[in-house]
Amino acid sequence: MRLKTTLLLALLMAAAPFAPRATAQKAQELLNVSYDPTRELYGAINPLFEAQWKQDHGAALTLKQSHGGSGKQARSVLDGLEADVVTLALAQDIDVISEKGKLLPQDWQSRLPNNSCPYVSTVVLLVRKGNPKAIADWDDLARPGIQVITPNPKTSGGARWNYLALWSHASRKFGGDEKKTQGFVDSVFRNVPVLDTGARGATNTFAQRGAGDVLIGWENEAWLAKAEFADQGFEIVYPKESILAEPPVAWLDANVKRHGTAEVAEAYLRFLYTPAAQEVIAKHHFRPSDRQVFEKHAKEFGDLKLRTLNEEFGSWAKAHAKHFAEGGTFDHTQVVAGTN
Amino acid sequence: MAALAPIQPGLRAGPSVERPALRDPWWFRASLLGACALFLIAVLALPLAAVLVEAFRRGIGPAMKAWSDPDTKAAAWLTLRTAAWVVPLNAAFGIAAGYALGKFRFRGRTLLIALIDLPLSVSPVIAGMLFVLLFGAQGWFGPWLRDHGIKILFAPTGIVLATLFVTFPIVARELIAVMEARGRDQEEAALSLGAGAWTTFRRVTLPSARWALLHGIVLCNARAMGDFGAVSVVSGHIRGETNTLPLHIEVLYGEYQFQAAFAVAFLLILMAVVTIVLKHWFELRAASGAAEELA
Amino acid sequence: MASRPGRLPGFPLSLSLTLLWLSGLVLLPLCALLALALRTDPATWLHTLTEPRTLAACRLSLGSALLAALLDTAAGLGLAWALTRYRFPLQGWIDSTIDLPLALPTAVAGISLGAVYGAKGWVGGWLEAHGMKVIYSQAGIVLAMMLVSLPFAVRPIQAVLRDLDPHAEEAAVSLGGSRWRAFFTVVLPALRPAIATAFALSFAKSVGEYGSVIFVSSNLPGRSEIAPLLIMTRLEEFNYEAAAAIAMLLLFASLSVLILVTALQVRRPSD
Repeated sequence: MRLKTTLLLALLMAAAPFAPRATAQKAQELLNVSYDPTRELYGAINPLFEAQWKQDHGAALTLKQSHGGSGKQARSVLDGLEADVVTLALAQDIDVISEKGKLLPQDWQSRLPNNSCPYVSTVVLLVRKGNPKAIADWDDLARPGIQVITPNPKTSGGARWNYLALWSHASRKFGGDEKKTQGFVDSVFRNVPVLDTGARGATNTFAQRGAGDVLIGWENEAWLAKAEFADQGFEIVYPKESILAEPPVAWLDANVKRHGTAEVAEAYLRFLYTPAAQEVIAKHHFRPSDRQVFEKHAKEFGDLKLRTLNEEFGSWAKAHAKHFAEGGTFDHTQVVAGTN
Repeated sequence: MAALAPIQPGLRAGPSVERPALRDPWWFRASLLGACALFLIAVLALPLAAVLVEAFRRGIGPAMKAWSDPDTKAAAWLTLRTAAWVVPLNAAFGIAAGYALGKFRFRGRTLLIALIDLPLSVSPVIAGMLFVLLFGAQGWFGPWLRDHGIKILFAPTGIVLATLFVTFPIVARELIAVMEARGRDQEEAALSLGAGAWTTFRRVTLPSARWALLHGIVLCNARAMGDFGAVSVVSGHIRGETNTLPLHIEVLYGEYQFQAAFAVAFLLILMAVVTIVLKHWFELRAASGAAEELA
Repeated sequence: MASRPGRLPGFPLSLSLTLLWLSGLVLLPLCALLALALRTDPATWLHTLTEPRTLAACRLSLGSALLAALLDTAAGLGLAWALTRYRFPLQGWIDSTIDLPLALPTAVAGISLGAVYGAKGWVGGWLEAHGMKVIYSQAGIVLAMMLVSLPFAVRPIQAVLRDLDPHAEEAAVSLGGSRWRAFFTVVLPALRPAIATAFALSFAKSVGEYGSVIFVSSNLPGRSEIAPLLIMTRLEEFNYEAAAAIAMLLLFASLSVLILVTALQVRRPSD
């Protein structure tokens, strides 16, 4: 008898995980699925918005965050991660959500100011104390004997910006000569000893594990690493020109409709453009899209010529097809590096 | 002899101490023990020591701060909840499988045992992928689940399922082996003395397997708490909600909070060590108590 | 042992529970993988499995797993012998720690191995000064695999060794043979199935190992990229078919070894 009860209990327990979760929520919840480097940023911004929302609407709001590699997050959203808003590293990842998941319209990017980018960044170089290998610009990365750390563009959104910044520089240097450009990028990647899957992994490899002479990465990440590893005395090297990295934000129409969070999702994203949020953005070393706030903090950012993706590569679709698809220029660098 | 030698618990009296004819020469013993010690230090002890040292590198204060962080507490709670589901379920299954496959012979038995072992040979990454294929928005059951508001993937339920999958064979293997080794004699004796089926099961079969069951439960619990790969794929990484302790450790590592990461790792290992120590203590008590029935 | 199912009660219930649980939890998910694989046309399969990057990844995972399993099995034999046949201080506690790698999250295993054997690590610093690179080399991958598979290599051998009847061994010695001879003619044959099991389990575990290895490998495609990482990358490229193909290959490799070992044991007459 006791055993039968136990078995019954076991069967009930087995069934329970499949029971629909009680959706009675005390506070409204909003899930922001983001890429890796924004952890500290949204950690600071979210309480501000929650307070503001409470003040304006009297309703409690809980903002939830999920962070990971941009592409991986996009895939999770497609697989059913119930994101209300996505704040990813590149427009293409959100395009994919639109195309394959039909969760938001194709023209999503025009719905918010500045191409849906409340903050932008660029790609810079981080070197060790005293810059012992005298790295001054992109060209130095191809020098023999230099070890370069960058994540894998196939798994890291930031790494794709890194790659495009490198390619753009080489392309201009060689006046558009494809072969020479590929050759240059090949030689840089021959100097890459480790390919981490994500930006933070690469920073850890450089800073904590002590690998490599130079780290290519987001500007905001470089400043963060400099502060976090203050005892190691890293220095930021600004190349003369780099790419304007635009990490966009968007709400997911299908999801917010289902969750009933359409109003708060849009309000949240628009909040990112307000002076209060823009100040926090600047404090975390992202370049605020608000001109005035940026001017105020201009000294905290390096001066360099920023080129846009569209200017250099036409569009993400074109850039992806040429560089990151199977058989693209990045695959070529790996083949070349492998045969040496 | 067990057809499948499983992971079995610790020590009973080895023959060589009581049997002089089997004593290995002293130099052999010394070198083997030395080699074993070196191996264990290099492969196991040093990494564990690294966790300990890094966790308390700057004293116990920062470690305590890491443990009391709300996200850490949420992760610990999720880990414990997951183990609380996984261990009883897989133990119940293990008992059923142990009985059916250990006490009986039938066609297809070997295949069944091999199938039960399957999850051991599946990479955790693949295990997670399987559940995405089943329950993802583009998977078999995805649309149906979404229409009915049932959240499996990227929710604690999915984490429980993925952990169930990877810890599936652990208890079963222990029990199949021990039930097979014990044979049917005791049960048949009890039955012939007039005991009912359930009574026999409760008072003969289960007690004779209890050490294997205990060991299996401890291992299953350890693995359930420590799984990283499979859970990482199905978790969604929602801070404070779907991050287990292993995932939270990765989060801390990625936020350059190394001491915190190792402190939480230490906590996780401590939780596992506690169960292992408890099991060891139970075994010692039983061995030093009345003579254990060795069948 | 009696071989008449049904003489002992409870068979139908226990078997149906077993089959239910097994089908729902293990077979159903694997069917999803199989269905995906079957939906893919053979040309894609062939392309995925024969391209250099896949071959390199599989070679690395399978090769490293093979090496790790061999080393772990040898260590497992030695450890099982020492733990069963000898007496030394803290024996019980050391025996319990062998199970610890099961509780260690793979990510922690990888990070701690890096802390010990990395360029700035305790031992790693000294090793690198003498030209031996562990982290970011295949040695590191093998080491990580050995750590996580350790319990699987020790326990099967230990179980059989512990229950081994000493009389045959004693007889061999008393009949004038040396200890070595006794070992090779009496002990080793009895241990062979267990050693094979230890190897098969360590291999299966190591082949699929992901969390610890990505922290110790340089993850360079075509050179130091393990197969599970390649599967993850393909998934991220939305190339589910390729991911499924590589997954099936890995599964096939470890399953074959497991089945082979089980079949060999069953065919052996039980003592």
